[in-house]
Amino acid sequence: MSYLAGKELRIIGFLCNWCSYGGADTAGVARFKQPTDLRIIRVPCSGRVNPLFVVKALLNGADGVLVSGCHPRDCHYSEGNFYARRRLEMLKRLLPFLGIDERRFHYTWVSASEGARWQKVVTDFTKIIHELGPLHPKKESTE
Amino acid sequence: MSIERLREAVKKILPEVDVVIGYRQGFDPLHATPYFISQPEQVDQLIWNPLCVQNLCSYLPFLKGKVGVIVKGCDSRTIVQYMQEKLIEREKIKVIGVPCLQVISVKKVMAKIDYQVAEEVAFEGENVIVKTPKETKTIPLAEVMPRKCLTCQLATPLQYDILAGEAIQANKPAEAFEEIKEFEQLSLEERRRYWEREFDRCIRCYACRNACPMCICQDRCVAESRDPHWTSQRANLTEKFMFHMIHSVHLAGRCVGCGECERVCPMDIPVAKIKKKISMDLKELFDYQAGINPDDLPPMYTFKVEEAKIKEHEL
Repeated sequence: MSYLAGKELRIIGFLCNWCSYGGADTAGVARFKQPTDLRIIRVPCSGRVNPLFVVKALLNGADGVLVSGCHPRDCHYSEGNFYARRRLEMLKRLLPFLGIDERRFHYTWVSASEGARWQKVVTDFTKIIHELGPLHPKKESTE
Repeated sequence: MSIERLREAVKKILPEVDVVIGYRQGFDPLHATPYFISQPEQVDQLIWNPLCVQNLCSYLPFLKGKVGVIVKGCDSRTIVQYMQEKLIEREKIKVIGVPCLQVISVKKVMAKIDYQVAEEVAFEGENVIVKTPKETKTIPLAEVMPRKCLTCQLATPLQYDILAGEAIQANKPAEAFEEIKEFEQLSLEERRRYWEREFDRCIRCYACRNACPMCICQDRCVAESRDPHWTSQRANLTEKFMFHMIHSVHLAGRCVGCGECERVCPMDIPVAKIKKKISMDLKELFDYQAGINPDDLPPMYTFKVEEAKIKEHEL
């Protein structure tokens, strides 16, 4: 995969414990090849993901943020991902207003059985982030 | 509306409540300041003119007992939003509504009089006349209107127990978010530079948060908490940016557009613009406007199993 030839970028993934984290595990167990830029943070539910987690990550050095939860209607807690969908959609529309490319943030649904889908999501998202390049080209002074 | 009618209304409800919040003259004739009235003799100091800009509803969630409050049309949205979020008990609040077509921005007047000391301020028809040691300046009210008045739809408050004056119709065009749409025409890079330039001036005084009627956490604000440590004490752009994002995101679907954040900003940062952008999106997505209907639920407090306007994003 040519896009991995360059330097690795920092991508943060917030994955819900019950579906997407399991999905990523399924992909791993099946030994699907995946890019290694993604750093996964396991959260109990996509409803746990505060939009500010994404903002904080992007402002503090992440080049892309991926949020993934159970498919709508499949939430382990029945409705967490419905709330998440509203919040994350609000954020997705807000980011470009602040001058951050909306493609740097993606939210999607991956179930525990969808190892192949997980592989595709990670591969495609990583590819997009590599096309966009680093969000903070120069290291910001901490003064 | 005459000041007599307002004073009459305050006198009428004063026996029923512990305190009535109104306005009186501040440190100079160009500034009005909130005034807490508990004795009938204080009523004479009460004023009403376009300088009465503060959103007095902001005090309501923090006051115990029965409270009377003087409310403009725009401020009444705050009351409705508090009712939605059950932050006040409506029965304990006596609302004195005042019809209002516009207030004035003191900052804009100051700029017009070249930051001289205002010795006298008078309102005549559509003008404000400001006397300074150097000159007497007549300024049309329309030139010193704050931004929120340009698209005001609420000349008469949505909620009131007594209306001091006659109900009037708003005479301004409806909000079309033109300023936001225009800004979105800029390139990503330009937009980012714009916010970096604006937020770089921020001195993190938190006045925008303190004045915000919907920032009800106040002393427990996450922007100042150590655990979780959302923002550090560093004075760099990242921290300033983060603070403003905290403020904006926490107001998503709750911001009533009173413009207090922008009015109190000592650095003239257009902080209300981000909130307006979110309000615009939420109006489009959920057909919701904060502070209009007391029976509504803020969009982030609820969900629909099938969202009509949220499409799945493909990579």
